[in-house]
Amino acid sequence: MGEVKGYNERLEEKLTSIYAGGHEKYHEKMKQQNKLFVRDRLKLLFDNGEYTEDGRFANVEAGDLPADGVVTATGKVNGQTVCVMANDSTVKAGSWGSRTVEKIIRIQEIAEKNRVPLLYLVDSAGARITDQLDMFPNRRGAGRIFHNQVRLSGFIPQICLLFGPSAAGGAYIPAFCDIVFMVEGNASMYLGSPRMAEKVIGEKVTLEEMGGARMHCTVSGVGDVLVTSEEEAISEAKRYLSFFPANYTKKPEKVEAKAVKEGRSLEAIIPENQNAPFDMYEAIDAIIDEGTFFDVKKLFAPELITGFARIEGQAVGIIANQPKAKGGVLFVDSADKAAKFISLCDAFSIPLVFLADVPGFMIGTKVERAGIIRHGAKLIAAMSSATVPKISVIVRKAYGAGLYAMAGPAFEPDVCIALPTAQIAVMGPEAAVNAVYSNKIEAIEDPKERLKFVQEKHAEYKEEIDIYKLASEMIIDEIVAPSDLRSELSDRLRYYEDKEIAPAPRKHPVLPV
Amino acid sequence: MKNLASTMAGTVFTVNVAVGEEVTAGQVVLVLESMKMEIPIEAESAGKVAAINANEGDFVNEGDVLVTFE
Repeated sequence: MGEVKGYNERLEEKLTSIYAGGHEKYHEKMKQQNKLFVRDRLKLLFDNGEYTEDGRFANVEAGDLPADGVVTATGKVNGQTVCVMANDSTVKAGSWGSRTVEKIIRIQEIAEKNRVPLLYLVDSAGARITDQLDMFPNRRGAGRIFHNQVRLSGFIPQICLLFGPSAAGGAYIPAFCDIVFMVEGNASMYLGSPRMAEKVIGEKVTLEEMGGARMHCTVSGVGDVLVTSEEEAISEAKRYLSFFPANYTKKPEKVEAKAVKEGRSLEAIIPENQNAPFDMYEAIDAIIDEGTFFDVKKLFAPELITGFARIEGQAVGIIANQPKAKGGVLFVDSADKAAKFISLCDAFSIPLVFLADVPGFMIGTKVERAGIIRHGAKLIAAMSSATVPKISVIVRKAYGAGLYAMAGPAFEPDVCIALPTAQIAVMGPEAAVNAVYSNKIEAIEDPKERLKFVQEKHAEYKEEIDIYKLASEMIIDEIVAPSDLRSELSDRLRYYEDKEIAPAPRKHPVLPV
Repeated sequence: MKNLASTMAGTVFTVNVAVGEEVTAGQVVLVLESMKMEIPIEAESAGKVAAINANEGDFVNEGDVLVTFE
């Protein structure tokens, strides 16, 4: 053209090309996959679609790498300041070059200094191998991103929204976040792609089977919330954030109380027969403000429910056995699930409510070989070291180490409340009578006499573990009618609001992992 | 053919369906007894029972196929 362009014109031109992202054909491909362009994702996420960016001009000189494939931004979500890093998969498939990595590290530093939550909107093919020396092994290389994530863990909330692949080293971004949302069909996580698996170990497998969203949210447990669209991921992430303070020094905000959902009463929901299953979700609904439950790892280890909710406007983390799934027995995966959830709530001052109806930890060869003792220890350690208000509710049975896992009396819950249906014991009556009297039972020849003996012993045992006896011995603190449980919890949450326990004089406990 | 596997180790308490029977999704096909609890095993989707691989009183492990569907 020959003429010198005006300053503003030059700026406008550069910005226009940066905001446009990668080549049109990649935008088209995203549309076909029902994926949104990175800047549209950010508009949906931030209040009024407004945000401030840093490093917009990163790698602008390259010409074809707008923002170097990542947008790093600060804005408001639910009125609260948050920082975001968001891959642009229209730019070299969202891969990381040296400036991409530097931008991510800088937004982590900004979130740290301002003590605000950090969201990772991931959609990236991984490292640009051609740039490896500039971004892989160095002090401010990709490793620093993970190092920062670990340092920031428990300091500010870190949330991952997975919209596309999160490959190889990049797969550790979700792993170090507090929670991972995955879009079914598009999101995936894997250390080695199916192509690499075939080349290196000879395995033929599809991406969906090996690292798909559903697999991770049901089998591996690396994913927490399976969603069907990006819009849903964003709106659910906002709902999740509403339970959290900006950082560990603050407390979750209270909101206006809502009435409980209309439905059956707790009395009607809980069967008297200790061994008959019921749906714990229905019981939770009878306690919490309607529509506030946020299920974490709903599809993973469903025998234990973990989720956030509000009780008369107050945020709580609920850990509840689900008798409808695997009898509510604790397994390796359920122990893991609870350990992480408890640690998450404790880090950000969200009080814990345990709803116990648990026959104990699973036994048998399969679980022993899988290390049920080690995993159970993880759960008990997390529960035991949590210093937030802990309320233990014994809904029905709490047998063996199940009582311990559900914040039983020895673990300093602020209160251990029993419903009249509660039954606390080393084991249930049938198992106990068999264990103590098996020789005697076998020795009785007359079947009628034998049955009579067994029934007598059952009755004796039941008397021994009668809940009023435990209350009389002050083993449990209270017995409340199911219809009073909600108000009892609400009052106590209010009273325990400023609970404080001085940290133990040590560096940190040794994790039983 | 779809298989319905045991969700945990335990003893078969009751078998609630017969070969050739049509079941609906969520129907309790079989009940296990484990850890002194009754564990209902539900059909994941609707289908016709092709074979039942466990009898009442049998010990089954987690992952063992209990019922196959046509």
